[in-house]
Amino acid sequence: MEAALGLLRRMPPKQSETALSALLSLIPQHSSDLLSQVDLPLQVLRDIESGKDFILCEYNRDADSYRSPWSNKYLPPLEDALYPSSELRNLEVEANDIFAIYRDQYYEGGISSVYMWEDDNEGFVACFLIKKEDGSKSGHGRRGCLEEGAWDAIHVIQVGPEEEEMAQYCLTSTIMLSLTTDDESSGKFGLSGSIRRQMKMELAVADGHLCNMGRMIEELEGKLRNSLDQVYFGKTREMVCTLRPPAEIVQMRLPDT
Amino acid sequence: MADEEDELPETELSYDQRKEIAKWFLLNAPAGEINYVAKDLKAVLSDEEVYNEAAMEAFPVYNKSHMICLEMPSRAGDVIVSSYSEITENEYLDPRTAQVAIVDHVKQICTKVRPANDEELPSLYIEEYRYALDAEIQRYVSESYPKGMCAVNCVKGKDTEGPGSDFELVVIITAMRLSPQNFCNGSWRSVWNIDFQDESQVLDIKGKLQVGAHYFEEGNVELDAKKDFQDSTIFQSADDCAMAIANIIRHHETEYLASLEVAYSKLPDNTFKDLRRKLPVTRTLFPWQNTLQFSLTREVEKELGLGK
Repeated sequence: MEAALGLLRRMPPKQSETALSALLSLIPQHSSDLLSQVDLPLQVLRDIESGKDFILCEYNRDADSYRSPWSNKYLPPLEDALYPSSELRNLEVEANDIFAIYRDQYYEGGISSVYMWEDDNEGFVACFLIKKEDGSKSGHGRRGCLEEGAWDAIHVIQVGPEEEEMAQYCLTSTIMLSLTTDDESSGKFGLSGSIRRQMKMELAVADGHLCNMGRMIEELEGKLRNSLDQVYFGKTREMVCTLRPPAEIVQMRLPDT
Repeated sequence: MADEEDELPETELSYDQRKEIAKWFLLNAPAGEINYVAKDLKAVLSDEEVYNEAAMEAFPVYNKSHMICLEMPSRAGDVIVSSYSEITENEYLDPRTAQVAIVDHVKQICTKVRPANDEELPSLYIEEYRYALDAEIQRYVSESYPKGMCAVNCVKGKDTEGPGSDFELVVIITAMRLSPQNFCNGSWRSVWNIDFQDESQVLDIKGKLQVGAHYFEEGNVELDAKKDFQDSTIFQSADDCAMAIANIIRHHETEYLASLEVAYSKLPDNTFKDLRRKLPVTRTLFPWQNTLQFSLTREVEKELGLGK
């Protein structure tokens, strides 16, 4: 299992789907472990009843059907399927509406879905998903730089039971990203990757679960975005400069021979 | 390990399918990481036979496409393993020293060297051009790449004895930086094909640059950049050709590096912003506090002035 995760960490991020399905067929005995520890680019389905798209993941899946957060129905229809309690469903409806506004504010487009379900220890779990695809290919590149771009955010947050008006929140966020630019001067330039981080907090329930979860997600999502931008992309840039330093550096070190 | 083979749970994959998957993993290993991939792959497969066969097939392809450098025994220098220097699958010509390196692909070592035969070497006429170009390229690489290796091979018309026929030289430049303790590896590969066209007295130059970097500390991020180039110059004496070609290569590679820098500097404000902004359109954090109100959605929309 460790070796399998090691392989996934080394394979090109763009090939993560192929790598995972290869591992699933090689070591089927570990499939549930693999599927729970590895995130894949998100898939989308159209809820015809509401005319809106929703995101598919393990958390809204039952057998081969997926529950739409908009109509609360499984597609394709499924009998005896699992649903959240009506109380939790209300929170889920609220969360979907608000998260859609949040998504539009930060992403200027994209698709979002929120799913909630009861867990075993009197708390609940919520999963906030965002998928954004952009690029001149699909005609949405606002600034016209991207040939192809994809951003998937998966936020899974475990909310513990209320104790003395406080609750424990444990958030695990994964960002998967790929962007490619293609122009005359720099040719094909592609950066892709994924990172995952965790954040735990104890917060007053009085502020509302949605407010607490939302703030945590906003904070961690911002941090992940910054570290992708500065740390991860920065490291690859440093590497390029190590391989072939820009001319001024070379000239400083090696006077004309 | 070997005993486990028989105890493997039944899978529907055939031997060949497993081998193909194993090869896929090896071939997709980032620069300098094939041995780490191989180690994990062995553990996942737990089948020596499948692994060995996959390795036998995948390593030569990987080594050639990554143009790895191997040290030749008895201080004979380094040889670049590439399809341009390949004599047989395990033999690679080092044109500079006129030696042939015998290579063990899976171990990624050079086990032996032997002097090249006359048939394996270019004619004196070609060698004059090759040698002059090699000297210029070596100078350029030592100035521009802290750890670069280069070679010039003749891939077409190597037996041409004098003016009157076409021939083709290939310049290979490869630089690799491995820093596994920092979870960071990278490689730069340039291949420049120079077609010496006798009739038109023109050198047709085609370049292919490929830069990769992999950073995987608590994540997995990859840079994959490539670009093709095209240029030409006039057919002159060996020394003048060498100078002209080296200048063209230097010019394009320097420009390319600068354009990569531009691509990086555009990331934060353009490219990346297309996907997710740093701050919302309103430039303030999202007003989650308003979500507490009963008619929360409307409240938030009012606050943002969105109203349906």
